[in-house]
Amino acid sequence: MNNFLDSFSNFAFRNKNFIFLSFLIIPLLWLGVVYLGSLLIFLGHSFFHLDGFTGQIVYEFSFKTLLELFSSPANIDILIRTVVLAACVTIGSAIIGFPIAYYMAKFTSPKVKIFLFIAIMLPLWSSYLVRVYSWKLILAKEGIINWFFEKLNLEWLLDSILSTPVIGGPSLSISYIGMFLVFTYIWLPFMILPIQASLERVPNSLINASHDLGANKRQTFYKVILPLALPGVIAGSIFTFSLTLGDYIIPYIIGTSKFFIGQAVYTHQGTAGNIPLAAAFSLVPILVMVIYIYCAKRMGAFDAL
Amino acid sequence: MLKALNLENINKSYGSIQALRDINLTISDGEFFSLLGPSGSGKTTCLKVIAGFEAPDEGSVVIFDQEVTNIPPFKRQVNTVFQDYALFPHMNVRQNVGYSLKVQKLKGPSIEKSIDEILEIVNLTGYDFRKPSELSGGQRQRVALARALVNKPKILLLDEPLGALDLKLREKMQIELKNIQRQFKITFIYVTHDQQEALSMSDRIAVFNDGKIEQVDTPANIYSKPINSFVADFIGTTSIFDKVSAMNLFNLDSAFSVRPENVLIFDKEKDLIGINKNEYFIANGTVIDCQFQGSHLKITFSTDANSKLSAFKSLEGNINQIYDVNSKHLIAWKRSDITILNE
Repeated sequence: MNNFLDSFSNFAFRNKNFIFLSFLIIPLLWLGVVYLGSLLIFLGHSFFHLDGFTGQIVYEFSFKTLLELFSSPANIDILIRTVVLAACVTIGSAIIGFPIAYYMAKFTSPKVKIFLFIAIMLPLWSSYLVRVYSWKLILAKEGIINWFFEKLNLEWLLDSILSTPVIGGPSLSISYIGMFLVFTYIWLPFMILPIQASLERVPNSLINASHDLGANKRQTFYKVILPLALPGVIAGSIFTFSLTLGDYIIPYIIGTSKFFIGQAVYTHQGTAGNIPLAAAFSLVPILVMVIYIYCAKRMGAFDAL
Repeated sequence: MLKALNLENINKSYGSIQALRDINLTISDGEFFSLLGPSGSGKTTCLKVIAGFEAPDEGSVVIFDQEVTNIPPFKRQVNTVFQDYALFPHMNVRQNVGYSLKVQKLKGPSIEKSIDEILEIVNLTGYDFRKPSELSGGQRQRVALARALVNKPKILLLDEPLGALDLKLREKMQIELKNIQRQFKITFIYVTHDQQEALSMSDRIAVFNDGKIEQVDTPANIYSKPINSFVADFIGTTSIFDKVSAMNLFNLDSAFSVRPENVLIFDKEKDLIGINKNEYFIANGTVIDCQFQGSHLKITFSTDANSKLSAFKSLEGNINQIYDVNSKHLIAWKRSDITILNE
């Protein structure tokens, strides 16, 4: 018996792949079958269509559903609205997140850095719904922001911002500006952390070298720091962009009555029972992300990796 | 003579650690000047103060008669070769070398010509479009050198530039650096902890210890006339006799050092015939170690409880000579060959 165990352990030691495979088989099955498999089956439904008369799904391969998605102006509106908002949230997070990440990576003592890490992660430890609802209260007409503007006698400023067509609304809590604020707040940690990690890897000697060679602070930022931090910015933007594309709770709580992709998927697969159209809607964020990453790669965003 | 650099009463501390204490230094135009010292002695901090990466707490930095103490590094006509080379990883060799020209918004064919010229000088023609990650250590070193030289600085600072290279390459680069310095006729300020490197390349050396400059002089003087026991010990191999041993053994009232190549070894008392005992110090020594070093043996003797002494014995054809450990010998050196030490 011992002999058998002995030769088994010798075999396992010589055949490293055997060990890896025995450990990886469960995660591989999970990822491959349960996750990717079900996702592919769901997305595959976008090639079926709903029979308008009976309300039954017709299991025949066709492009009817996809044509329906891209030919209806209402659907196109939903797609454009979602992609534009996701892009704005991504740019906003990058602009707010980069200085914080830069400060953390280059100017803090280890103690302050740990404090900042906790401060950034802390919101993620509380419930997502609680945070979104508290924003609803903050942004509401009776909320603290309104109160603050009132006290400063600046109501006219808030009103004029809210009266801006498209992005405005009756109050911050029912407007695109409000959604933008909440999305940016919620996803900011996902932008800061990858940028911080990539800036951490830029040696200070490179910044010194740039100054030494005659580049001022602005030139050093655009020619050395930003290109080297770009993989982190791209990684962060993949998070914020895709998370915004798929979210349906913030548009539901903060938003106007106009739909976003997440809400469209939720509605079509639920009460309407139109799983093919829901699947077609789900395809869009995936396609957008693939195009985005491809363009980023073509523009050399990952060259510094 | 034109002064390239003048440091006056530079003090710099990091928290409770005083990195530089009252540094005063004047370097002439065209000099090859080394800052030599053990790690943590302040030599690199001194270089950072000259380059402008660190501001001194007190004192002033003057480069070619221009006060630059509060001027940022990008406005100083000084370039640096960094210890880790600090090449920009996202740029190829040409872009790295041309960086200082591009940020000055220079345009046109003159940029490309300057880059071509400097790449030829450092023997990197043909590597133009390689990324730093595709180069060997020696090639990266050359790119760093070309990048610092392309802008024709008035002073080139080199921070242990050869530290990461192997011995053969280091010796080759020492010669090339010296040639480039002659060719460009600019001031080199060279930081190193390698005393051999400093001795062989420099016009003058400043020996750093614990944030202070111990001695500034030519290599020959630093080697033969060290001012105190730190310099004597740090430069080359030397044997130091403290005050007590000097008194006990030689009836001499101060500490002194002696170089191993000045020590003679005799087997027996009668071999001392022909040695004028008034001109020589003579002591009894017991061998505690004998190392073969190629052209000579390095023999370490103990003379009394406190002192050890190293001697070089040329092999002179008899390559199988050996001194047995614990064997006793007479050792002697000329009184005029010792260096009296202040401390």
